[in-house]
Amino acid sequence: MVTLDAAGLHYMELNRLLRDAVRSGATEVELVNVRGQRYIGDGVSAKVQVHVRGVPGNDLGAFMDGPALVVHGNAQDACGNTMNDGRIVIHGHAGDVLGYGMRGGRLHVLGDVGYRVGIHMKAFRRQTPVLVVGGTARDFFGEYMAGGVLVLLGLERNGHDLVGDYFGTGMHGGTIYVRGEVEKHKLGREVGAQPLTDADMAELKACVEAFCQDMGISSEEVLSQPFTKYVPVSTRPYGKLYAY
Amino acid sequence: MITRRIPPEFLVDVDHAKCRKCRRCVQACGWGVYEFSDRVVPDSSKCVCCQYCMSVCPEGAITVRPNPIAFRPNGNWSPTDRRNVWKQAETGGVLLTGMGNDRQLEVIWDHLLLDACQVTNPSIDPLREPMELRTYLGRKPDSVEFSEDGSLKTRITPNIAIETPIIFAPMSFGSISLNAQKSIAMAAKMVGTLWSTGEGGLHKDLYPYADRAVVQCASGRFGVHGEYLNAGAAVEIKIGQGAKPGIGGHLPGEKVPLEISETRMVPLGTDCISPAPHHDIYSIEDLRQLIYALKEATEYTRPVSVKIAAVHNVAAIVSGVVRAGADIVYIDGFRGGTGAAPTVIRDHLGIPVEVALAAVDDRLREEGIRNQASIIAAGSIRNSADVAKALALGADAVAIGTAALLALGCAVCGKCYTGNCSWGITSQRPELVRRIDPEVGSVRVANLVNAWSHELKEILGALGVNAVESLRGSRERLRAIDLHEATMDVLGVKPAGR
Repeated sequence: MVTLDAAGLHYMELNRLLRDAVRSGATEVELVNVRGQRYIGDGVSAKVQVHVRGVPGNDLGAFMDGPALVVHGNAQDACGNTMNDGRIVIHGHAGDVLGYGMRGGRLHVLGDVGYRVGIHMKAFRRQTPVLVVGGTARDFFGEYMAGGVLVLLGLERNGHDLVGDYFGTGMHGGTIYVRGEVEKHKLGREVGAQPLTDADMAELKACVEAFCQDMGISSEEVLSQPFTKYVPVSTRPYGKLYAY
Repeated sequence: MITRRIPPEFLVDVDHAKCRKCRRCVQACGWGVYEFSDRVVPDSSKCVCCQYCMSVCPEGAITVRPNPIAFRPNGNWSPTDRRNVWKQAETGGVLLTGMGNDRQLEVIWDHLLLDACQVTNPSIDPLREPMELRTYLGRKPDSVEFSEDGSLKTRITPNIAIETPIIFAPMSFGSISLNAQKSIAMAAKMVGTLWSTGEGGLHKDLYPYADRAVVQCASGRFGVHGEYLNAGAAVEIKIGQGAKPGIGGHLPGEKVPLEISETRMVPLGTDCISPAPHHDIYSIEDLRQLIYALKEATEYTRPVSVKIAAVHNVAAIVSGVVRAGADIVYIDGFRGGTGAAPTVIRDHLGIPVEVALAAVDDRLREEGIRNQASIIAAGSIRNSADVAKALALGADAVAIGTAALLALGCAVCGKCYTGNCSWGITSQRPELVRRIDPEVGSVRVANLVNAWSHELKEILGALGVNAVESLRGSRERLRAIDLHEATMDVLGVKPAGR
């Protein structure tokens, strides 16, 4: 295990040290005293586990392709931005626009998340991005979603609503599973609720189990409550918009 | 109630005395204008006047002409206005269009004239004396320091050398065909300039041309991954496009066949929706965040460009973009082309690149940050004179899109969004796409750039300078005719005769 002390380091320096460590073959790196440095793991393409102690800055794991980042605390905005593969585990809350354009890999957040989470997530061939939120989410959850799986568990509500308004607005692909139900007035025009099939249940179970294993909680208890599946009502929501 | 039949825009005449019934026109037309019973029968209502049929007819038997009599004259309600109202009454839809703004508004380029040397300063003959067009795109240092041994001490951030100040505009695989994109990519390599992927990713067949490519990262993030970002010569964040500032893009699912889905990395047949903004960019600070996310992902080895549409406050915006860390700023004027845009947006939003360019160059100079980014001007550069005038107004280089497509046969019919392009440029139909042979197409596109570069050298020679650097930002070498005082003031150009 390589330990890097981030105290007082600019993100450019910290990320250079991290990349150097990865290049010289490190398989496990611990970053300590992280104080908002951005872009940790940005563009890194390797099988490496990175433990982040402290609070990482925005764009954690942007364009990332393979590493596993474990944040032992809260994270900020745009984690997993345009991520291709890898795993981000956040043992705390995280901010807005998580998993923007994410194409593969997993993003697990134990606590609450902000606005526009899972925006424009996609899937491609065998790549299916999975984003699981343990707490609650704000407005525009799953906006423009084009593929992949979003799971919202709402385990601890802390007085928040499970989810904000405009849920799944512009969604045209992928699946959102919600533990419980989203009030009808919060749904975007492009999504509809459906009961889970056996195949859905198997997919959800795999997602929840992986999440619970990361977080050290019981998946049975999480899965003991009913879930609702939300999917786009059309893959062509804007098909009739234009005059040719 | 009867439905109004919208009169055809063009009339197609087949001269049956000349026609030998070879039926090539029937095959050729992507729009299905021609049918053959006992002779060729055209349906004028389908014709867009792309003239492909006229190019393939061996007998010259086809004539396409504007429909002369259909509309009662009215100085206010143009035939286009009336056509559009009928179409919308029929469908209730948003009107779509392709290519650049085709309204007859004043073109400022046409009101600018270049200087030349006479008697008091010698002109230069570019055929017999060296003439430098090479341009470096990227951030330049505020000052340079040398060590005792004469080597450079200052760390220079990455710059890209282009052999002529003309690059190719971003046109995605999806908006244009792979053969069209490949023609342009090959041409860029031949002439030593840049082409751009647009926002549709980089097709595997084009990786050999990636070292001359600008790879775009737009709001849809289609086909964006580590290998892609590191394959290109530069990375570009697409914020806006001159033809459709402030709105996103939408490639309908039926235009996402296998190759496009693989390049964009989305499932077959899904809509490719580019959100109007990047949802991780709501401010200049956020823009900086993405610029540096891309610099981190490419380990500071490539310049990062930001493309914006020319809008009212363009100078202040570009100042922010440069301060956010952009190494290149691409400004696309309101006449810039598009594969598909709502007509109302294309025709009425944004400002001309001429004034935007001058305002930006002034602003960055005033703030002492002009060296921090190169400026690309685009949005209907039609000839080498437009190039020279853009350079004089302050551009480091220009980008051409429509002109490159014209080199491939385009007639600017403006129907790119339909996917029926008979020339195979903006279609994805295999039988149409294969009409472009990239080996031939690339030579035509390269010819165009070479011809303009020669002309540019002639212009520089006439101006008495031997490097494009000496014309850059030299507004003194421009004069205006028939422009308002306020416009001349913005342009920083005197009236002709003064």
